[in-house]
Amino acid sequence: MAMTMVEKILSLKVGKKVSPGEHVVAPVDLVYAHDGTAPLAIEVMERLGIRELRGRTAFTIDHASPPPNVDSASIHLRMRDFASRWGVRLFDVGEGICHQVLPESGMVKPWDLVVGADSHTVTLGALGALAIGVGSTDAAVAMITGSIWLRVPESIALSVNGELRSYVTAKDVILEMIGRLGSDGANYKAVEFLGSTVESMSVDSRMVLANMSVEMGAKAGLVPTDDKTIAWLSERVQGEIRGIRPDDGANYSSLHEFSAPEIKPNVSLPGNVDEVVPVEEVEGEEVQLVFIGSCSGGRFEDFLSAARIMRGRRRSEGTRCIAVPASKEVYGRLVASGLIGTLLEFGCLIGPPTCGPCIGAHMGLAGPGEVVVSTSTRNFPGRMGSPDSRVYLASPLTAAASAATGRLTDPGRFLA
Amino acid sequence: MRVCGRAWKLGDDVTTDHIIPGRLKYSVGSLEEMRKYVFHDLIPGFAELVRSGDIIVAGRNFGYGSSREHAARLLKIVGIGAVVASSFARIFYRNAINVGLPVVEADVEADQWDLMEVDLERGIVENKTKASSFKFKPFPREIMEIIVEGGVEEYFRKRGRFPWG
Ligand code: SF4
Repeated sequence: MAMTMVEKILSLKVGKKVSPGEHVVAPVDLVYAHDGTAPLAIEVMERLGIRELRGRTAFTIDHASPPPNVDSASIHLRMRDFASRWGVRLFDVGEGICHQVLPESGMVKPWDLVVGADSHTVTLGALGALAIGVGSTDAAVAMITGSIWLRVPESIALSVNGELRSYVTAKDVILEMIGRLGSDGANYKAVEFLGSTVESMSVDSRMVLANMSVEMGAKAGLVPTDDKTIAWLSERVQGEIRGIRPDDGANYSSLHEFSAPEIKPNVSLPGNVDEVVPVEEVEGEEVQLVFIGSCSGGRFEDFLSAARIMRGRRRSEGTRCIAVPASKEVYGRLVASGLIGTLLEFGCLIGPPTCGPCIGAHMGLAGPGEVVVSTSTRNFPGRMGSPDSRVYLASPLTAAASAATGRLTDPGRFLA
Repeated sequence: MRVCGRAWKLGDDVTTDHIIPGRLKYSVGSLEEMRKYVFHDLIPGFAELVRSGDIIVAGRNFGYGSSREHAARLLKIVGIGAVVASSFARIFYRNAINVGLPVVEADVEADQWDLMEVDLERGIVENKTKASSFKFKPFPREIMEIIVEGGVEEYFRKRGRFPWG
């Protein structure tokens, strides 16, 4: 029978054909946690009395990193200590955000089953892995036993075809999808991104799609692999890399089609990721803070996009602009390509690789009443600082255009 | 297993950030210290008003947002006996079971402070104040055992193996 990518991966893992609704116990290829979720996982593992860790494991220190206070510094100490005692691979302060650093370091490949103690673990689906976000106890048990129980999810096909306008990005595409499906439109299910638009996207762009699939409630978001994926991985992964695609006629629980040329630059309105409207409908509001960064919008391509607008311009005086690369590798490419100069001349504050203001822990929070345009993942009240601040989620182009004018601005005004 | 308590009526899309703001995770040390911030931005005074056994009655997609297990653990720590919602976000649902917090998927009518009773084995939520009742599909046996033991850790401690081991 024809299978979706998720069904193929889980069938391979458990050694028999599985179908949606079935519960399986599957071996994991990688389990990870970060400084927000690892401490609780460590406590659970210690309380359970670990003797060995069967899973391939990693910790990243990326959320409150470098530590903005002594509590965080103490948590980091605890993680370093645990990691060195139990052989957990540690990505310390300055390496970057887990969902970016782990694939960059070659720890993820197609057909892998990855479990991460973070909801945006789904990002790795862009590389053809089945990557699922869980809580600390699930991660702890997976680290100890090397396996996890799962319900085989139904899959939804999200198909985009045609050419995007020159000032519309993967972020606008995923916001369009979230707006249509709603914040629970894919709850308990997996989504698979198909169609010619996805095929023509770079790996960075595909990661933006997979990353935000969790904002529709998805358990995983996968993209079929191709030569671009293999090229991206072969610089990093040891050994053979086998691509993955869904079978023709695979059984999707629903199919949603999107026409790329019709997608406009989008924003999520403050408070709800799934309240999506074209930027042109809400243009003009004054913006005090622009953030370009996070596991959704802090990759090299995001800064390359932003620079299309920033080059030769300066940010509006009343608008702070914070740029935070998602990893050390991205940072290095900003330096090597000279983009860092463009960002600086535009008037960006450039932070070290970290989640930074995305989770409102440090490095440029929003004050009461302030309006933010952010390339990050979520805009719940208080997410990036004061509960009275208002966050619009947008593409790096919309973010840069808004920083340039000081008001919420459609990037088409600069690039159309 | 039965849970009985007063209803806290909430709407759709209650996020993990509503339950416990993410930014506190990095400035407040232990779960015990965090308990006073539960629903901090959503329900003023919640930490003082909540009583052991109280039942949350919510709409769609309860627990939407981050994977932080703190959300489920803290609801249990402050004494919430069960969460009844028309649907749950996936990771929250899983976390709740792992930490032994009963989560029930049912469409239930209730007003703030109505007296509620949830019978997990029989799959019935009763609104005693309004004398109405609602059915739901009870947990499969493996999940019910985790809830009864009080979470995966307790299960392991008592039985020396994991439920799906
Ligand atoms: S960048 Fe934001 S969404 Fe991504 S892992 Fe960090 S806090 Fe979570």
